[in-house]
Amino acid sequence: MSQTGALTIPNAAEQQPAMPRIELATSPHFADRSRTSRRMMADVLIGLAPAIVVAAIVFRWAVAWQLATAVVFGLATEAVFCLVRRKPLSIGDGSALVTCVILAMSLPPSLPLYATAIGAVVAIGLGKMVFGGLGFNLFNPAMVGRAFLMACFAQAMVSWQVPALQGTAHIHAVTQATPLGIAKLGVRDQAKARAAGTLDQFEVRQKLMKGEKYTFTDMLTGVRGGSLGETGAIALLLGGIYLLVRGAASWQIPVGMLGSMAVISVIGRLYNPDLVMYPHMQLVAGGAMLGAFFIATDPVSSPLTSSGRWIFGIGVGAFTMLIRLLGNYSEGVMYAVLLMNAFTPMINRLTAPKPLGGVATNG
Amino acid sequence: MTHVAISVASSEKRRLIGGIHPPEGKELAADRPIEPLPTPAEVIIPLGQHIGAPAKPLVKPRTDVELGQKIAEPAGMVSAPIHASVTGKTGMLGIATLPTGRRSDAIPITTAAGVGQADKTLFDRFYGGTWDLAQVETLTSRQIVAAVQEAGIVGAGGAAFPTHVKLMPVEKRPVDTIILNGCECEPYLTADYRLMIEAPQAIVAGLLLARRACGASRAIIAIEDNKPRAIDTMRTATRGLSDVEVVICETRYPMGGERQLIPAVTGRAVPVGALPLDVGVVVVNVGTAAAIANACLRNQPVTHRIVTVTGKGIARPANLLVPIGARFRDLIDHCGGLREDARRIIAGGPMMGYAVTDLNTAVTKGTSGITVLAESELDYAKQTNCLRCARCVDVCPLNLVPTRIAHAVKAGDLDLAQKAYIAACCECGCCTYVCPARIPLVQYIRAGKAALARFKARTAKK
Repeated sequence: MSQTGALTIPNAAEQQPAMPRIELATSPHFADRSRTSRRMMADVLIGLAPAIVVAAIVFRWAVAWQLATAVVFGLATEAVFCLVRRKPLSIGDGSALVTCVILAMSLPPSLPLYATAIGAVVAIGLGKMVFGGLGFNLFNPAMVGRAFLMACFAQAMVSWQVPALQGTAHIHAVTQATPLGIAKLGVRDQAKARAAGTLDQFEVRQKLMKGEKYTFTDMLTGVRGGSLGETGAIALLLGGIYLLVRGAASWQIPVGMLGSMAVISVIGRLYNPDLVMYPHMQLVAGGAMLGAFFIATDPVSSPLTSSGRWIFGIGVGAFTMLIRLLGNYSEGVMYAVLLMNAFTPMINRLTAPKPLGGVATNG
Repeated sequence: MTHVAISVASSEKRRLIGGIHPPEGKELAADRPIEPLPTPAEVIIPLGQHIGAPAKPLVKPRTDVELGQKIAEPAGMVSAPIHASVTGKTGMLGIATLPTGRRSDAIPITTAAGVGQADKTLFDRFYGGTWDLAQVETLTSRQIVAAVQEAGIVGAGGAAFPTHVKLMPVEKRPVDTIILNGCECEPYLTADYRLMIEAPQAIVAGLLLARRACGASRAIIAIEDNKPRAIDTMRTATRGLSDVEVVICETRYPMGGERQLIPAVTGRAVPVGALPLDVGVVVVNVGTAAAIANACLRNQPVTHRIVTVTGKGIARPANLLVPIGARFRDLIDHCGGLREDARRIIAGGPMMGYAVTDLNTAVTKGTSGITVLAESELDYAKQTNCLRCARCVDVCPLNLVPTRIAHAVKAGDLDLAQKAYIAACCECGCCTYVCPARIPLVQYIRAGKAALARFKARTAKK
């Protein structure tokens, strides 16, 4: 919008050797320089850094390979789309980088790299670029990519590598169930489990429900099975708080989401303590922390207004719990986010603010 | 009509909905006392420097005119007369560049005497001496409004709306409160601040006159909390006056906007499409108040005003007492000229001012300052797509969704823009200020308003 124009000041020219270059632009002439699109993306990456460090400690080299694969293929996809659409290259805005890092962090560390590559291509291509690029996508691109992988590589997507820290000789070959996966085991009756020969599963599940297997500390520090970046709850919380302080994510969404998950699990436990894990375990298990601070808060696919963000956050939490407790999958953050993304335009319309003072009727 | 009430406890600091806190920059000129600009060799006085119809010239070229002599008469109700700001000889009717960048017919006057000398008597003439507040009671509303109209007073805060129209009592819409706007929320500008410190008596006299004219009972002086000295002087100046209160507002842009100030101070919000008058409030700027006092008590029309010349691109910031029609060049030269890194010369302040590239631009009755921004103060970040981060929604002081309006305008969908209340926007620019994607939101909104106005004009013709 701004043009520049030359200006000559004959009277003053004699006294001033160098003429200032005066610009023409419309107001406001100031901008908040502490925040740009790139800075917001950088803030998300900074916020994710602690969780990446934890992941690297827990899962070792798998982290680097997954991240590198997702980023390379995601950025390449964006570049190809820009070329085909004859648009300026948009990789520099940093949003593709953020999407790819979040996608990688939501994947099992042991996922074959070609699957990760496909996921990144789908996330950027189908999740973002086909809608017109940054800011126009309806759904969270990283979750679109992940949902695609869920459909294509169902088995690999739910195989959880044993954390290297737990000390197994051949890391890559060994998998274990995640806390949420154990909670989901269909062995709730001791007699039936004994008859079916799955008594060990029954006992593990019993321990989990009583809070004896997987201590809260395990969950916080991230020494457990799970997706690459979702296991270190404390690291995610630290990064999340950084995001909120920087204003790079709205606080209503994580508070609404984690709050509704806690409330629903409290109610669930009152109804049937054998069905539902402790609320504090729910909040640190699976993708809840990663989802609440880094996925559901994606500004593009979440509502614009404060009340809309509350509805959105609470909705994501509710859908997550619905899937965790009653669905076929053990974890539900991804589908919960995608479902609420679909509601976002409607939420925006319903919560559109009224102008201050309302609209005059008698002019 | 019923007032939309927002509860306001009388003693607490008045807060703004939304808004921003850009760098204040007031320190550059805040401590510079008002000084008269050395009399320029020539002034060029625009005829269309207010909202409404341009004035019609009354004098022929090569006429000798006196300071304060009426040289153009109002063309209609919403218009204002123009007076000679120097003693001298008129020239051929010419064209002046206005601070907005528009052009207007203008009467040039060549100064007769004292060129290049600062007239030290000017400050006392307009602001000094004693002001007899008792005299206010001797005047009727009608007399005050007539004097204000005759003196060519228009809003000095920048909008330049003829003040007599505002003050004229309307039977159906009684006014109970008059607010003196001393917020000066626009960064860098200090003209109102200096006036409050140096001429509180003139301002108070003007406020009482304006209150009497519009029939209000209550007078409120609103000042932001970054101006403690002004709060003190105004409190001292109003001590013992009945129903005059100084209230402190938080320092937050755009606190001084009418539609922000009224709800913050009175708890009454002005609906979209309504006027402050509809909620029983009239707002006048401190400069306007001083002009009202001059018109009614000293019989002096608007010929001069205070202009802050400031910014990091100017050698020596100052608050100047300037004749209307002086060229920007005269003011800038007096302040030591532009620095090498000067990049934008703004008529007004950084948030709502107009960038000018013609230094022959004339000072008008609405010119509150000239802000020269240096490269280091400006932002050159690249524009990206909208992230839908809703920062613009969070800061909008009128509860609008700027990104929706702006993108509707961008897509050419004026219907959608209207549904998103484009008309309600006060163009304060908070949305553009905070946008991390650097989308020129308020600029799109202005363009949309202009397109709607053109569309309405076309359909009205048919």
